[in-house]
Amino acid sequence: MSRLLARFDVRFPTFHLNVDLDVPVSGITAIFGPSGSGKTTLLRCLAGLERAPNGFMQFGNDVWQDEKMGSCLPLYKRPIGYVFQEPRLFPHYNVRANLLYGYHRISSGERRIAIEQVVEILGIGHLLERHIHKLSGGEQQRVAIGRALLTSPKLLLLDEPLASLDIQRKQELLPFILRLRQDLAIPVIYVSHAISEILQLSDRVALLKDGTLAGVGSLSEVLTSLKFRGGFGSHRVGAILDAHVARHEPQYGLTQLEFSGQHLFVPLHPSAIGQSVRVHILSSDVSLAIGKSNAPTSVLNVLAATVQEIREIDHSSVEILLDIGAPLVAGITRKSLVLLGLKPGDRVFAHIKTVALNEEITD
Amino acid sequence: MGALTDLDLSALWVSVRLATVTVIVLLIVGTPLAWWLAHTRSRIRPVIEAMVALPIVLPPTVLGFYILVALGPYGPLGRLADFSLAFTFTGLVIASVFYSVPFVIQPLQSAFEAVGTAPLEAAWSLRASRWDAFLTVISPIALRGYISAIVLGFAHTMGEFGVVLMVGGSIPGETRVLSTTIFEHVEVMEYAQAHAISAFMLAFSFLVLLAVYVTNRRFPIHVS
Repeated sequence: MSRLLARFDVRFPTFHLNVDLDVPVSGITAIFGPSGSGKTTLLRCLAGLERAPNGFMQFGNDVWQDEKMGSCLPLYKRPIGYVFQEPRLFPHYNVRANLLYGYHRISSGERRIAIEQVVEILGIGHLLERHIHKLSGGEQQRVAIGRALLTSPKLLLLDEPLASLDIQRKQELLPFILRLRQDLAIPVIYVSHAISEILQLSDRVALLKDGTLAGVGSLSEVLTSLKFRGGFGSHRVGAILDAHVARHEPQYGLTQLEFSGQHLFVPLHPSAIGQSVRVHILSSDVSLAIGKSNAPTSVLNVLAATVQEIREIDHSSVEILLDIGAPLVAGITRKSLVLLGLKPGDRVFAHIKTVALNEEITD
Repeated sequence: MGALTDLDLSALWVSVRLATVTVIVLLIVGTPLAWWLAHTRSRIRPVIEAMVALPIVLPPTVLGFYILVALGPYGPLGRLADFSLAFTFTGLVIASVFYSVPFVIQPLQSAFEAVGTAPLEAAWSLRASRWDAFLTVISPIALRGYISAIVLGFAHTMGEFGVVLMVGGSIPGETRVLSTTIFEHVEVMEYAQAHAISAFMLAFSFLVLLAVYVTNRRFPIHVS
């Protein structure tokens, strides 16, 4: 499979981008990281909008930038479609003229994507004669995507195309982006700081942190990576704990870990006693109980915890931020919350059904 | 306009020709300069901006004096042309270009700053070369700036007096323009003709400015 190789090392007054990227050219690759981590700059370097002094970029067999040879193909000569954070439609053209702007600038032999196809996928048939300023934000962004697609790009770069939209519009546009992959088979590089978008869209993730790549891999690989902790937020991760092996119980096939004075049982682990291991707990694997710690239960891992904060997720579920010597998030139902009468400061017991060691996590 | 003599009409024609040529030259030279000023991060930008604005505050006689020296047979421009450009129409055009620089550059620069680089990058991503992108995207979006630049540059050149007198003298048919004609008429107490031309200039200038403000209202460019 052909690959995209890119090496950029660019210093800005307040920021240093230093990446060495090597990803397959297929599906949707997400560049994920917090705001200010350099995602947009990386995308602009890939497009040739920022010229990295010692940069190198190769797409399949085509070298687009090789500063050792002093060469850097300008964006208009690269078969790239670029969708910016803002739609950037041309205000002096209507929707149709915007869509056709790039289409008319490629030779007819290069046109692999038909206008009808784009109009159908993006659902913009009724907008063609409209003026740009009469479109909603979501409609404008769809036109911007369509305009880029009609240059029949070999690579589509999307820079947080949903960032300027409200949640409802985001949910409307996500399926369209998924259809790009399914129907048009255009490789996409998708920049986002929203984990929900990444989870829904991407096949693989490049995690960017402070201008450097913290990890690249399949979605499940990167989600299980410890490096994700900073950028991942609390969407699914209940806890990431640094613990050490306290003792082994080979007769039960268990290993006991210790962290901050608390104990956790995990399946028998080959590490020597005293060795440190890091474990993940999914928030959905944590349930809560009040009462004595010695109340009989089949759950092995029962940890004393203090309720720190209660966060409503939706109509039926809440997340409870607990202190167990380290932060732990429990995802429980709103009904459980009411029945237990939990409030910040309460002392509870966290029952952890599954503790996963780092290498065992699968998505 | 019955008060106007043939001489006045020839002065009107010189004025119009001078203003037209000046504006064309300034648009050609001024577009890249205004673009550069709008987008550069260079440290010498304020220096260039100050130089561009200089004709607004400088007494026209000062500007006229230096241009006269430069255009003369021993000045750099005069030597370049191998003869004195002073008191010629060409010399007048050169002087007017300098004199009207801010009135063309500043509206263009503001327009380019307002357009920004975003539409340009979008055009590049749609396979438009630099020229293509400038002609099909930037200049239409910056249209208001161009209208302002053309109208203000034209009107300002029509109205210049001090520089014209210094550099061009007032040779009928060659360098005598409307503003200097008024001066000549007053000198010989022909107030009726001075009135006619002055009223014409007043009305012309007002209508021109009115046109600028009306166009700015009438054709708002929607930049999303």
